[in-house]
Amino acid sequence: MTIDWGIILESIPLLAEGVIVTLQVSALSAVLGLALGVALGLGALSRSRAVRWTVAAYVDFIRGTPLLIQIFLVFFALPMIGIRFDEFSAGVVALSLNAAAFVAEVVRGGVGSIERGQAEAAKAIGMRHRQVLVYILLPQAYRQMVPPLTNELISLVKNSSLLSVISVYELTRAGQAIISVHFVPFEIYTLLALYYYVLIKALSWLSVQLERRLPTW
Amino acid sequence: MVMPVIQVQGLSKSFGDNLVLRGVSLDVAAGETVVIIGASGSGKTTFLRCLNRLEEPSDGAVRLDGTLVGASASEALVADQISQFGFVFQRFNLFPHLTARDNVAIGPEKVRKMPRADAQALAEQELTRVHMLGHADKRPSELSGGQQQRVAIARALAMKPRVMLFDEPTSALDPELVQEVLDVMKALARDGMTMVVVTHEMSFARDVADRVIYMEDGVIAEEGPPEQLFGAPRSTGAQRFLRHLTHD
Repeated sequence: MTIDWGIILESIPLLAEGVIVTLQVSALSAVLGLALGVALGLGALSRSRAVRWTVAAYVDFIRGTPLLIQIFLVFFALPMIGIRFDEFSAGVVALSLNAAAFVAEVVRGGVGSIERGQAEAAKAIGMRHRQVLVYILLPQAYRQMVPPLTNELISLVKNSSLLSVISVYELTRAGQAIISVHFVPFEIYTLLALYYYVLIKALSWLSVQLERRLPTW
Repeated sequence: MVMPVIQVQGLSKSFGDNLVLRGVSLDVAAGETVVIIGASGSGKTTFLRCLNRLEEPSDGAVRLDGTLVGASASEALVADQISQFGFVFQRFNLFPHLTARDNVAIGPEKVRKMPRADAQALAEQELTRVHMLGHADKRPSELSGGQQQRVAIARALAMKPRVMLFDEPTSALDPELVQEVLDVMKALARDGMTMVVVTHEMSFARDVADRVIYMEDGVIAEEGPPEQLFGAPRSTGAQRFLRHLTHD
C-alpha cells in the first residue's frame, strides 16, 4: 500500500473547517451542559424528594442509554411530536442533555464530599438549605470538580464525532466526505485521529492551567 | 416571674436503637451561664445540638422566649429561630474559603440581608471583641486553633443571638491556646450573655458558671451552683466523675 501524500496535503485545510464546527458544537454543548448540569446537580441535593427523584431518573436514563440513541431521539423522534431542530442544533441539544447528566453527578459528588461540619456551621447561623449550598458548599467544591469536569469535556469533544450520523459537518463528517470521493480511508482516518488527539491534548493543557489558577486555602 | 430564655421539656433523642437523651428538662434564665459536665457519651453534646436543631429531637419541646422552636413548617421561620442561637463547635468549622472578616460577615449579609458594607463593619466590631481584628484578612488555615475558635465566636455573635451555645470549645486546642478562648467566653458571661457551655474545663465552670449540670446516661443526674456541685456532690455518679477528673 502506498500513502497518498497529495490527498493528505489537500485534506488538511478541508478538515480544519470540520474542526471549527466540532469546536463550535462542543463549546456550545459544554456551556449549556454545564449550566443545566449544575442546576440538576443542585436539584439532586434539594430538600424536595420529588425534585431529587426526578433528577435521579434523568441521570439514570442518560447513563443507561447509548448516546447514539439519544442523538436519534432528538433528531428523528422529537419532530414526531412537533419539536424540530436542524442538524447542528439537534447535535448541540443531544450533547448538552447528555453532558448535563454527568455534570450533575460531578456537582452532587463534589458538594457531598465537603465535610459535614461546614453545612452545620452554615445552618447554625440561620442559613437556609439553598444558601448553604450556594454560599458555603459549592464554592468549596469548585476545585475538586475541575478534573472530573475536564474529563467530561474531553468525552464531549470525542462524542461529538457521533454527530456525523445526522450529517452535522463536523470533523469526522468532513473526513468521511473526503473518503467517499477519493477512497483514502487509511490516510484520512489516521489524520482524523491526529486532529482529535491534538484537540484533546490542548484541552487537557488548558484544564491544568485553570486548575493552577484556582484558589487554595 | 420573668420568663426563661430557654425552656426545655422532656427532650429525648435516639439514634436508631440508641437512646442518647431520655427526657431532659431545663430552664435557662436571661444572663445565666449554665455549664454542662459529664463523661463522654452522657448526652451533653447531643442535648446542646438539639437546642438549635442540629439534631432533630425525637421527643420533647424546646422554647426560646416562650416560642416553640422548629414547630413551623416554614423553612425560613425555623432558620430564623436557629439563628437566635449562637453555636460554637469543638472543631471551629470556620468556612475555609472565606477570610476571618467574611466568615463573620456572611451571616449578617446573607441571612439578615444587611448591606455588605454594614455587615463588614459589624464583622470588624465583633472581631475586635474577640481581639482578632488584626487578623481580619487571613483565611482560617493561616490562624492557630485558638484564633480560629475566637473568630468562630465572633461569627456566632454577629448574628446577635439570644443565647450562645458552646460545644467543648477548647477540647480541640493545644493546651497553651485554651486560655485565650476561655478569656473571651468569660468576658461574654460578664457582659450578660446567656450561655450554655459543654466543657471539661472545670476551672471555667467553677469561676464562671451560675449553675452546673452533671449529665449521665442521657439525663440530668445532678444540678446546682458550682460550689455545691464541686464541693459536695450528692449523686454517686457526680462524685465518681469529679474524683476521676482531679486524679487526671
